[in-house]
Order: sequence, then C-alpha cells, then structure tokens
Amino acid sequence: MKDFIIPTKDMDMGTPASKSTEMVTLTIDGFDVTVPEGTSVMRASAEAGIKVPKLCATDSVEAFGSCRLCVVEIEGRRGTPASCTTPVAPGMVVKTQSSQVKKIRKGVMELYISDHPLDCLTCAANGDCELQDMAGMVGLRDVRYEAPANGGFVNHFEARDTAGDVNPQFIPKDDSNPYFTYDPSKCIVCSRCVRACEEVQGTFALTIEGSGFNSRVSAGAGGDDFLSSDCVSCGACVQACPTATLQEKSVIELGTPDKSVITTCAYCGVGCSFKAELNGDELVRMVPYKHGEANRGHSCVKGRFAYGYANHSDRILNPMIRDKITDPWREVSWEEAISYTATRLRDLQDKHGVKSIGGITSSRCTNEETYLVQKLIRSTFGNNNTDTCARVCHSPTGYGLKTTFGTSAGTQNFDSVEETDVVIIIGANPTDGHPVFASRLKKRLRAGAKLIVIDPRRTNIVKSAHIEAQHHLPLLPGTNVAVLSSIAHVIVTEGLMDEEFIRTRCDWDEFAHYAEFISDPRHAPEATALLTGVDAQELRAAAKLFATGGNGSIYYGLGVTEHSQGSTTVMAIANLAMMTGNLGKNGVGVNPLRGQNNVQGACDMGSFPHELPGYRHVSDDATRDVFEAIWGTKIDPEPGLRIPNMLDAAVDGTFKGLYCQGEDILQSDPDTKHVQAGLAAMECVIVHDLFLNETANYAHVFLPGSTFLEKDGTFTNAERRINRVRKVMAPKNGYADWEITMMLANAMGSGWTYTHPSQIMDEIASTTPGFANVNYEMLETRGSVQWPCNDDKPDGSPIMHIDGFARGKGQFIITEYVATDEKTGPRFPLLLTTGRILSQYNVGAQTRRTENTVWHEEDLLEIHPHDAEVRGIQDGQFVRLASRAGETSLRATITDRVSPGVVYTTFHHPDTQANVITTDYSDWATNCPEYKVTAVQVALSNGPSDWQEDYNAQAEQSRRILPAAE
Amino acid sequence: MSHEKLVRMANQIATFFESQPDADKAGRVAEHLKEFWEPRMLEQLADHLSSGEDGLSPLATEGSKRVLGLTA
Ligand code: SF4
Ligand code: SF4
Ligand code: SF4
Ligand code: FES
Repeated sequence: MKDFIIPTKDMDMGTPASKSTEMVTLTIDGFDVTVPEGTSVMRASAEAGIKVPKLCATDSVEAFGSCRLCVVEIEGRRGTPASCTTPVAPGMVVKTQSSQVKKIRKGVMELYISDHPLDCLTCAANGDCELQDMAGMVGLRDVRYEAPANGGFVNHFEARDTAGDVNPQFIPKDDSNPYFTYDPSKCIVCSRCVRACEEVQGTFALTIEGSGFNSRVSAGAGGDDFLSSDCVSCGACVQACPTATLQEKSVIELGTPDKSVITTCAYCGVGCSFKAELNGDELVRMVPYKHGEANRGHSCVKGRFAYGYANHSDRILNPMIRDKITDPWREVSWEEAISYTATRLRDLQDKHGVKSIGGITSSRCTNEETYLVQKLIRSTFGNNNTDTCARVCHSPTGYGLKTTFGTSAGTQNFDSVEETDVVIIIGANPTDGHPVFASRLKKRLRAGAKLIVIDPRRTNIVKSAHIEAQHHLPLLPGTNVAVLSSIAHVIVTEGLMDEEFIRTRCDWDEFAHYAEFISDPRHAPEATALLTGVDAQELRAAAKLFATGGNGSIYYGLGVTEHSQGSTTVMAIANLAMMTGNLGKNGVGVNPLRGQNNVQGACDMGSFPHELPGYRHVSDDATRDVFEAIWGTKIDPEPGLRIPNMLDAAVDGTFKGLYCQGEDILQSDPDTKHVQAGLAAMECVIVHDLFLNETANYAHVFLPGSTFLEKDGTFTNAERRINRVRKVMAPKNGYADWEITMMLANAMGSGWTYTHPSQIMDEIASTTPGFANVNYEMLETRGSVQWPCNDDKPDGSPIMHIDGFARGKGQFIITEYVATDEKTGPRFPLLLTTGRILSQYNVGAQTRRTENTVWHEEDLLEIHPHDAEVRGIQDGQFVRLASRAGETSLRATITDRVSPGVVYTTFHHPDTQANVITTDYSDWATNCPEYKVTAVQVALSNGPSDWQEDYNAQAEQSRRILPAAE
Repeated sequence: MSHEKLVRMANQIATFFESQPDADKAGRVAEHLKEFWEPRMLEQLADHLSSGEDGLSPLATEGSKRVLGLTA
C-alpha cells in the first residue's frame, strides 16, 4: 500500500484567525468575502485567495504594523492603511493594488534591500525567504541607495568597508545554539521572532534593543548569546523569521527540503503534529504543523530538533543473540534470531509452564504495535503476563478515573485550556515535561486565568516572565491526599460546592456520606498543616479561588500517581472536579498529563495484565469471546503478572522469559538492584529496541527496532487523540516493529498475515467499542480523532462526560490519608523526589544521543542551602546519595527551589541511576512504584560509588559485540 | 516474592477498603485481589496464611481468606 501524503494547506494567512461567530461581508478587489468579525483585511484577502505583500505579519502572532508593505486602499478612508492591522467592517470596499500602493511597496522594499546582503544564491534560505519573495512580488528592479564613496557605513551587513575600517554596526553570526543560527546581518527587524517568543512560546527571551537604524534583535541581557539566554530552543522564532537570520543548521547543511509528510512527535504525551521535511529520504527538518490539533503549530526542542538519534552510531541495525549474558553478542540473520528466540521461549514453556514467560509492550511504539505485542502474549504465549511502562507512571489514573467516572482517561482536549479561569497543577512540571501544553497554558494565564500550583518544588511555572501563581502550596512529598482533602474540606464546610451539578450528575446520598467524612475537623487545613507543611491560610485561599473562580481545571502528572496513595490521589482529584461542577464542558476537567507519547494508547490497547483492549477485564466471558473468535485461540480468564510481580516471580524461579519492546526497565523502574536480580534470574530476555539499553545488559536476544520515522501507525496522546504516524523513510534495521513482532508470533506458530498497520487498526476497531469507527481512511481525511469514536460519537469526543458520566452517576470516593511507610529518620533524614527537565526525555536513550546534551550533561541533586550548609556541601561538589535500597553519587546544585528537608533529581542518565535509590514501595491499587518519595541521606563524596563502578564494568562487558562471522 | 512484601501489599489494599462505606469490606478486598493478583501471588498468600505467620491486618486476613475460598 502506498503511503498517502497529505498536501499541506499551509498558506500563511498573515494574522491569526478570529474566534468571533459574528460574520462580516466586505468587497476585496471586486469579490465579496465573508469572514468573522475581528478578522484583518489581510486575512480576509487571503481567505479570498488574494495575497497582499507583507513582511512583519505572520499568522502565528498578532499583527504589529511596522513594515508598511501591506498597505491597501479602502474606499472612504484617507491614506493607505496597513491591511494587517486594519479589521474588516461590513460593506468595506478594499483595493489591494493601485498605482499608489505599488509605489509605496516598492519604496519600502528598496529601503529594506539597500541594507541587506545580495548573496541570495548562496544563502541558506534561498527559495524559502519571504524577503526574496516580496522583492519579486512588488517588482523591485533596482536599488538607488549606495554606500558613501569615501568610506563610512549605511548598512549592517558588511564587516569592513572598502577602506578596511571596522563597521560598528556589524554583529557576527551567533552559532551558540546547537540547532539554529542567528545572523544579524540578514535581519530586517520585523520583530516576528520577538513576538513568537512572547506570544507562542511565552519565554520572553528576545527583545528589540535600540531604536531606529540601531534597533537589533537580542537574546537575553547584554553579553548573552542564544545559548546562555533564557531561550529554551523551541524554534518558534526560527519558524516565524521571514529571512535566513534565524535558520536551522540542518537546512544550512542539507539545503531546503522539497517534500513534506505529516507525522506525530514520538516524545511526550502532548502528541504534537509535525511536518517531516525531506529531500528524497533524507530528513532535513521537523516543522510543527499548523493544523495539528494538539499543538496548533507549536513545538518544543525535543520534537523540533532532537531527532538525530535515528542516525546515531550507537544504533544497532542487526539482530544479535548470545547464550549467556556474560558472552559477547553475536550478529545473526533475522531468520536465525527469530527462530532462536521462538525455540527458547517454547522450551521455557515446556519446562516451566505456560505462564513462565511474558512481555512488556512499549508506550513509545504505535497502537498497532502495542496491540500486536499483547496479542502475542495472550494468544501465542497463551497467558496474560503483559504489562507496559504505564504501570510505573499512570496506572493509578486508569484505576482512579475508571472508579469515579467510568473511563480511564482525561476528560478534555488541549484547546479546552483556552477557556479555563482557574488552573490547579499538581505533581506536574509542564514547562519541562509537556512544554507545548505549558505554552498554551501560559498564554491563557497571561490573559488573566489564575494559577494554583501544588508541588514540593518551585517549578518553572510558579514564576516566570509575566506569570506568577496566585498560590504555590509546597507540600512535603507523600502528602498529596492530605492536601487535596483539606481543599475539599474548605469547599464543603464553606458551602462552596456546586449542589446542582452534584444532585443531577452524582448520587446525592453518596455525596452526603462523603461530605460528612470530609467535614471532619481532622481534614481542616489547620489540622493537616503540620503533616503537609502547607500554610493553612494559603490553602484556604486556594480552595476558595478554585471553587469560586469560574471554570476550574486540574492538570496533574506523575507527582500524583507515583505514590503509595497514587490511586487515592487521582480519586481525590476527581472528587474535587465533581463537587465544583467542573466537568462536561470546555475550560474544566481532570487532565492527566501523560508522560510518554503513547501511554494513553498503550493502556487503551490492552497492555495491562488484567484488561483486554478497551479496559475490559479478562474474566469477562463476553469480551474474551470477541477476541477468541477472531484470534482463534483461548484466552486465560485469570489476570497475569504486572512488571514488579514478574521480577518477583523471576527471583522466585517461576518466571523465565521476557519479551521487552521499547522499554528500558533496568533504568526506568525502581529499585535497580531488584530489577537486576529479576533480569539475571531469567533464562531468555529479549530486548527489542534502537540501542543496547541498560536492560540489554541482561538480554540474550537483541532485536533492533525502527524509529517513528520508519513506520506507519498511530499514537494516542493525553487528550485521547489518535494521530497518524507516517513512514518517511525505510527502516534502517530492515523491518518496522510490528513486522518483527509478527515474525516472532509466526515462528511460534501463529500464522498472522497483516501486510499493513491499517489492517491491525481495523481489527482493533472491530473488537473495541470506543474505536469502532476509527480507520486509516478516516484519519487521512480528518487528520486526527479523539476516542470514543463510534456510531454514538461519529466525530469523536473532544470533551467527555457531557450529559452523564460513562459509568452513569459520578462516584464520590472516601479518600483517607495514609502516610507512606517510607519515613525519614536519623539514618535517612531527607526526602528525595524525582522529575525531569525540558531537554532530556525520560531515560534519555534518545535525547542523550542528540545535541540536547548541551543543556543537561548529567543529573544533578537539588538541595536547599540550609541542608547543604549543615553538610558542608558546596555547589557543584560530588555527593553521595543513599537510601535503604542503595546508593549512588552525583553533583549537587544548591537552590531554594526545594524546601529544607527535600532533595530532588532527574533520572535521565544511566551513570547516575537515580533508581538505585528508589524503593520497591508502590501504589496500593496498581503497584505503581513510589518514585516520588524516598528517605535519603546526602553526604560529601569524592566520586562514583563502588556500585556505580561495578555497574559500569558489567555494562561494558555486556555490550561487547563479536565481529560478524564470515 | 517475599512474604513481607506480599503482606504489605495486602495490608495496603485492606487499609483503603477499611475507609470505604461498604457493608462488606472483606468482600471488596477479595474482589480487588481477584481482579488484580495473578494466581501465583494468591498461592503465596495462601502459603502465608497456612504457615501461621502473621502481619496481615484483620481485614486483609478476612479478604485473603475470602478470595482463597477458605471461609464460607
Ligand atoms: S527558540 Fe523559542 S525560546 Fe528560544 S528565542 Fe526562539 S522562540 Fe524564544
Ligand atoms: S531575526 Fe528574523 S524574525 Fe527576528 S526581526 Fe530579524 S528578520 Fe525578523
Ligand atoms: S511537547 Fe511533546 S509532543 Fe510536542 S514536540 Fe515537545 S516532546 Fe514532542
Ligand atoms: S505586514 Fe502589515 S505592516 Fe508589515
């Protein structure tokens, strides 16, 4: 099947679309045009297919009206107004061409070009430059201005004049950012970049310094370059720049691309749509796609620039096997690797029973691939030992939201944030973890929405340019439930709940019982303050703001789920949304920010050991019948092992073989030593990945994987949006991941015959009610769709629970706070919590293999100045971080972002292995590990711990590859 | 799996259902165990009960017995 490429409807309309529903009709060059009120004359012309020349306007930012190239004539108005800043009016008669406007435009262009180098043929933007286009469009034929004959300067682009004197106006190119350059000699000071950085990204890293002829774009304060400024390398300014001033280095190196394919970012759960722009099959750049409904044309540094890992020399392209993990790897053919694997797995089952093997599906891979892996396990292996990394991140979301609302998913789309009035962010760090969502949120906050942040750390969203949270509640790690219960206590005892909503949408008696529970004085903020460290007055004010401030929305992340009370916290959040009536419309809702690109999809596709696709329990006969009929095999009605249970069973000797697709459990899962012991106890570990990851140190088979650029499929983002992933080049390893899973299934006797992932989606649709109307043809025409999408909801479901909850009535759940067993004491007096940063992604397997490392070379331990001082620790020193599970060492950074008593680190680097420290405690309902709370001690040290050295030695041994035999 | 870990997990579940309004709390614990625990884990729980070791809370014990069919 030929891959369909969507033609890009990408014309720049000049100014942003108006949201008004009032329509206005006017005449432009004799044509009647009807547009929403508030539309600019420029955009109205574009709608009619008439392009007005422009330089300082682009449709990602508000018009500014500085270049005067876009002038038009309007009947009955004096002069020649700029079409980008003039709104349409009923009956207006516009002329976009006249001798007068033509003369003005030529004059404007002449001035611009007189101060611009004329090296178009060798310029990186040749063919992709608006200045060039406009010079052509206005018919500029000569430039009358000339440099003074006797030296002196009237331009910005020559370093020296003919007399050899230095031009003080010349600023050399800034190459500091790894992905794009800033060449001031080509700048026309249109300020599109400055406005993009402010309006689209919300970082405010750029300013125009000086005025008139002296005005220049500048990153950061004096002396800063792009890298040292606040710039987060999102690329919005590069996108907005009409010239080669801000230019991707990849375009400078590879030339302008000539074709583009729409696809989806494979990093985080925002699920941004991109145009992959290519020459032949060489990827030149990734550009955010304007019509992507999750990102609306924006991106972050990861999706925009960090794709170089696909070509990294560490990438493994040939299958490899070995009998023992102490042996070096041996490269073999695909046939040999697959038959070796199939034989070993079947032998293990013969010897140790059907349930002695299992697999882990990937939240990085496509829905189709995930569906196949769980099918392989349930149907070919014949057991339910399937799990996914969502176990360690959002499994409590699944349990909590299913219990309270009836559906294991967030309730809104991202657009919903544009209508929110009060936002609670709890246990999430959106500017770093979900940057494009954060930009959209910040835009709304700058427009006046209020913000409450509940987080042990002062995250970047708490205070940044033009944004300050109304309330930051810096709670002690592990006390989420106590804080949320106190908020609910204030709302209920002060009578601020939405009684109407509760009476119609929930069970009133159930609520009455809940209200009695939550009104107890033990939940009052004054009573919980000692426990949580949160100021009672501040909490009361936050609760009142949320309950009375209009549309209230709650966004949360792993700081909620990765606790022993993760599921309870999710239910407490759901309670809060229900009692304030904040569900079922725009601007409200419960919004889990998913970590990996396809966590939602992996959960939907039946990755969990107890659930078939569509969240239906394996014990349900009717559901099993559906799948058994299509698969032609019996399905075990008992739940299988979850990841931590698999490792325990391996240590016990009853679990022997694991197929692990696209996950690195040794680095990402808690209590590394226990994971190591589990893996070491297995007899056949199959790692299917791009790189020899940490888990591969314990593997017997390595199956090289394909990147998201090399296959077709779909990802489902945090808003339940099913987005297409499109193949832009052939898999370097020879096969797409779904083909590899199919080869293994067939080697074990399954006889699968898929020839394209669309057929897998058809099977999903035919078995899973929420996906009933989803197919590739529909996705080609619609772009994307949010499930449920079936006969009831043919257009999908941007907002859920509009007229009623999926389960009928919303359920209030009693949320009693239970302190975790993980407690500080004299040996381990500090609490460690973990997180991540913008430029690195999760275990870093991809981002560490890109230039993103300039922003984050190593994991650092954040420690409060007070805690550092009593330990004699100075900034940048090596410290030993120890818990009852293990110890490691890393460098300290001293900051008051964390409270006294709390330390924080990221887990992007295998050298640090923060998970040596984390323990095997987990969420009561789902076994989601308690990453966010570990009692630790910190002390000065002089380098890597013994464990780190042993680990590295083992890893190095294990990664040896024998030269190919021939 | 170490019995200690198993006991901790069962107790965590019981602690949650202890706080819930249900009349049959042990039934809820049993239901949760049935829904999420793999048979091997339930077997280990049975071993633990029959070994006479303690550590399980009263509700966890009752729920475990219920799911294992050890009580009426
Ligand atoms: S890359 Fe993004 S953050 Fe950096 S200057 Fe440009 S718009 Fe601002
Ligand atoms: S860098 Fe580009 S976008 Fe910014 S002012 Fe200069 S020409 Fe305009
Ligand atoms: S926000 Fe997430 S999905 Fe979007 S570009 Fe960045 S990493 Fe990719
Ligand atoms: S595009 Fe309208 S003034 Fe520049």
